[in-house]
Amino acid sequence: MSSTTLKMKGPNVGGTVSTYVRNALSLKTLEGISTLIAFVALWQAVVALRVPYLSNLPYPGDVWRNFTDVAVTTGYWINWVDSIKRIFVSFIIAQVVGIPLGLFMGMSRPFKQMAFPVFELVRPIPPIAWIPLAILFWPTEELSIYALTFIGPFFVIVLNVMQGVTSIDQSFKRAALSLGAKPSDIFWKIMLPGALPSIVTGMTVGIGVAWNVLIAAEMIAGHTGLGRMTWEAYTNGNIPLIIVGMASIGLAGYLCSGLVRAVGQRCMPWQKRV
Amino acid sequence: MTDVAAAQHAGNGGADQGLLLSVADVTKSFGEGEERQVCLENCSFSIARGELCTVIGPSGCGKSTLINLIAGYESPESGSITLEGSPVTGPGSDRLVVFQETTLFPWMTVYGNVVFGCKVKGRSPRETEEKARQILSKVGLYEFRDRYPSQLSGGMQRRTELARALINDPKLMILDEPFRGLDAMTKELMQEFYLKLFEETGLTTLFVTHELEEAIFMADTLVLLTHRPARVKEVLPIDLPRPRHFSMMASKKYFDLHSHAMELLVEEAKWAFGSEGVSEFDTVAGS
Repeated sequence: MSSTTLKMKGPNVGGTVSTYVRNALSLKTLEGISTLIAFVALWQAVVALRVPYLSNLPYPGDVWRNFTDVAVTTGYWINWVDSIKRIFVSFIIAQVVGIPLGLFMGMSRPFKQMAFPVFELVRPIPPIAWIPLAILFWPTEELSIYALTFIGPFFVIVLNVMQGVTSIDQSFKRAALSLGAKPSDIFWKIMLPGALPSIVTGMTVGIGVAWNVLIAAEMIAGHTGLGRMTWEAYTNGNIPLIIVGMASIGLAGYLCSGLVRAVGQRCMPWQKRV
Repeated sequence: MTDVAAAQHAGNGGADQGLLLSVADVTKSFGEGEERQVCLENCSFSIARGELCTVIGPSGCGKSTLINLIAGYESPESGSITLEGSPVTGPGSDRLVVFQETTLFPWMTVYGNVVFGCKVKGRSPRETEEKARQILSKVGLYEFRDRYPSQLSGGMQRRTELARALINDPKLMILDEPFRGLDAMTKELMQEFYLKLFEETGLTTLFVTHELEEAIFMADTLVLLTHRPARVKEVLPIDLPRPRHFSMMASKKYFDLHSHAMELLVEEAKWAFGSEGVSEFDTVAGS
């Protein structure tokens, strides 16, 4: 008798929860879509009413037609692929170099005292200010773009990881020591997972910075990529294509941030609440 | 040192088989020169094997420093701390602490936390698993083994922490106000739970608290500390019968012990209040 009730209860509860989630989701999507429609309507109105300073703005319909035109060309998609390739290669190298450096600076006081002053002097230089030097130093423009896109997220990640390590509660280390942990256990089982939330924060901020720098670098030094496409549209006076470029960059950045966030959540199951 | 403390200390000489922990003439201070603050001064007491010793004192009197010294996180300025005759030189799993703030690793599940000590010491996985299963069942958390600490209630977190310590078979269990911050009901359940565990296993325990009722109810021996710098004011044997039950808190004996200890504590509190309160008042009056 009791087992039947239990059996019936199981899927029922699950059903309610998933229905609830679905309702919330559809409501959220609905809200999103209506906001988007309102935005396009406002845009249409602004152009139709010839609002001062915005009179050069094309109609949303023009931009859409322009998009459908370029979307069937391979060139447009090659720009996507090139930009995303540059982002990922540079971003991953920045993590691979930056995370250990940040961990090391956070854990070793002498190393921090040695490295931090230089780090703090170089860090405030906006990554875009590196463009001239990067173009001169690297043999190809492609390499310059990679280097520039590396610099942006690199400083962000190092700083975040370092801060994450230093803010780990001493009591975790003490507890681990009492339980018999060796220095290598402290590193792998306490410091690294303890710093993970900061690492993920650094990555989330870093991917945004990477896009910022990449677009600037592409506009100045690139031959392909979404940034270059937008710049060329400008030099050709093709305003609808400029907007297609901007929207593409926005979408690409949004997708990348979403991916980084998803990876981060995957790595930190303990931050999910039941 | 009071006569009682001296007598107890002298009575449990280093060679005594029954003696587990001995804290002898320990002094500890922080800061240098003008800034120097003495935290513990000539502190002496000892704990016999199988004894539950509670330490009570005014808040901020240096109880946590005492624990850090016994756990081996810090070393005494003078005096010595010995466990089974050998001096304490650093942290070790023969003395495990359950702190007032949870120190469960948030990134490990209940199971991961509990087996941590065995894993880092390289115990055999099968043995570890079996032992973890036993201990988790004992603290009633076997079904929750895959949860993360943030998904547990306060009482469950404390029990996990106890399990994480117990699996290492410590010689001395140190509890630093372990039930602080729990609601009254959970707290009572936890006290009962730990008493039962203690009465079953005879695990030598140092229990630090600032609540007199809890201190007397749990203890075989009550060590009263003075206001900062902390010295041992009195060592009070609590000869209430075991197993303990909450009804004993209504007994004459409990009442007498309670009022005697209370008197001593109030004395200390008054002194502390006087020495700090007056100087503060003076500054206000002078300005």
